[in-house]
Amino acid sequence: MNKQNNSFMSWLDKRFPVTENLERHLTKHPVPKKVNFFYIFGALLMVIFMVQVITGIWLMMFYTNTEEGAFASVEYIMRDVEYGWLMRYMHSTGASAFFFLMYFHMFRGLLYGSYQKPKELVWLFGCFLLFLLMAEGFLGYVLPWGQMSYWAANVILSLFGAIPVIGPDLQVWIQGDYVLSGATLSRFFALHVVVVPLLMIALVVFHIFALHEVGAGNPEGVDIEKHRDEKGMPLDGAPFHPYKTFSALPAIGIFFVIFFSIVFFAPEGGGYFLEKPNFEEANFLKTPEHIAPVWYYAPFYSILRAITFGIPLLGITSKFLGFIIFAASIAILFVVPWLDRSKVQSIRYKGMYSKIGMILFAASFITLGYLGTKPVNELRTLIAQICTLFYFLPLILMPIYTKYEKTLEVPERL
Amino acid sequence: MSKKIDQNRRRALHITSGIVGAVTVAGFAVPFLSAWNPSEKAKALGASVKFNLSKLEAGAMVVLEWRRTPIFIVHQTLSAIENLPKLDAKVTNPAKEEGITRSANSSYTVLKGVCTHLSCAPKYHPEIEPKAWDQEWLGGFFCPCHGSKFDLAGRVYKGVPAPTNLEVPPHSFDGDMLTIGEVG
Ligand code: HEM
Ligand code: FES
Repeated sequence: MNKQNNSFMSWLDKRFPVTENLERHLTKHPVPKKVNFFYIFGALLMVIFMVQVITGIWLMMFYTNTEEGAFASVEYIMRDVEYGWLMRYMHSTGASAFFFLMYFHMFRGLLYGSYQKPKELVWLFGCFLLFLLMAEGFLGYVLPWGQMSYWAANVILSLFGAIPVIGPDLQVWIQGDYVLSGATLSRFFALHVVVVPLLMIALVVFHIFALHEVGAGNPEGVDIEKHRDEKGMPLDGAPFHPYKTFSALPAIGIFFVIFFSIVFFAPEGGGYFLEKPNFEEANFLKTPEHIAPVWYYAPFYSILRAITFGIPLLGITSKFLGFIIFAASIAILFVVPWLDRSKVQSIRYKGMYSKIGMILFAASFITLGYLGTKPVNELRTLIAQICTLFYFLPLILMPIYTKYEKTLEVPERL
Repeated sequence: MSKKIDQNRRRALHITSGIVGAVTVAGFAVPFLSAWNPSEKAKALGASVKFNLSKLEAGAMVVLEWRRTPIFIVHQTLSAIENLPKLDAKVTNPAKEEGITRSANSSYTVLKGVCTHLSCAPKYHPEIEPKAWDQEWLGGFFCPCHGSKFDLAGRVYKGVPAPTNLEVPPHSFDGDMLTIGEVG
């Protein structure tokens, strides 16, 4: 039996390198022996990505991508399609979960310097994934064609309209009409179900290939490649299977318990996952009282709103400057590997300034997120402006403080 | 096999195939990107609309639809033209540079009928008489949703929820013919 199996595998391997690639990327791939809680999020991201793809395909079977039919088809899915509500709630809760996991995954990267040489590309592909996920979520939120779908999309599309000179024409081109309409809806549908997911799959593959080329990191920032046994296996490493696989399974189980508790008992997430005005069909002539983004965009939306001033001298309106700073808040993440000049990777061995910087950055991000879901007033705008400053400062000043601060000695072994 | 590789020929081939390839890609991009422009149908719906002003009496207003937005056209009375400058102190932005009627014509006003607060439709109240919302009302628009007040030229009063004046859509006059959606 075994023999036959082997000869089949060797027949196959000569034509298609299955075993070689399985061993390289899964079974024998060496991973650090000791990692912590923060290192599970990558695996969970892969899981949630699959959940989104599968539930998305099923939703697509019943959804109508026209101005006249979209809203009704979502109600149809919720009421008449067997388990349609489950597909939809898994998909909408999945979107929130995706961002939640993504933010923790990235925070791990910042804490432990996982972006440092030679993992710059792993980080860079990750940042593109963040960007694509944000686009994907935005496009998907328009599809149910509710009031919030319509008016939130209007706010974002009018940002393109605020770009000097080309703005208004660009906005019409993206919309395919002079107002946000059915033409916009059907192209957003194509982007949401085909274009962006395909790009994301490609980037996840690049992300993992790049990681496996340079080897996974650990919270200590110890280079495990330095000490190897006679077979070339790192002394502080263990093969992916069974060590990593069996430790990931319980985590995936716990994740699903939490995930389905939300799907079954709080799918609207108190109005933060699915917003109230979106249970009303889009109306061109009636803006909702208060346009708020879903929680996962709230920090960035806050930054956008915090910019209440322009640069009149250069003909830059406050709206356009807001757009620039908002774009910069995401763009700056891409260059973090080149901002960090520290000799050590992990926050555990970095100096005081890095620690203060990280706390300020995280606190600002969370505060901005809170403010983004609330209506504006003067005090909130002021706090958002201060937080925007403390979101950027730790990153902008990083090249200086990481170079000069005193760091601790990193141990040789894990 | 022993023949020497002609590097010049190879370079020339690289460059020409690169250029031809780039031109081909750019050429094919044109139809795909153009497909995103408003279709003929959307253009027809978004096209400019014309209105003959000769039948619109002084003091009257008509509502047209342009790009799914209601457009208000007001024929101002002589007393309205006299009264408008008196309100300069009561409005947030007198918009003097736009002229008294805020349009390209000294007796008509053209506005988007969408409240700049939360997009309700403001109501036309041209009467000069005390109103529940203003004892010294000189005519204008009142938004029933949250009580924003605008004068007959669509300028917003101070101290109401709407932040800015009613928008003036692009328009042009040609004799009695008003065109919305095109600047003359
Ligand atoms: C679809 C989204 C993503 C998926 C499926 C994904 C998946 C993974 C997986 C499976 C790993 C290895 C396990 C782990 O270390 O957790 C990993 C590592 C990593 N990811 Fe992601 N990731 C995604 C997005 C991102 C983003 C947005 C960033 C940051 C901008 C990022 C940065 C990193 C870094 C730096 C590592 C290496 C960590 C180390 O080895 O020290 N990833 N990712
Ligand atoms: S919408 Fe007109 S006052 Fe609020």
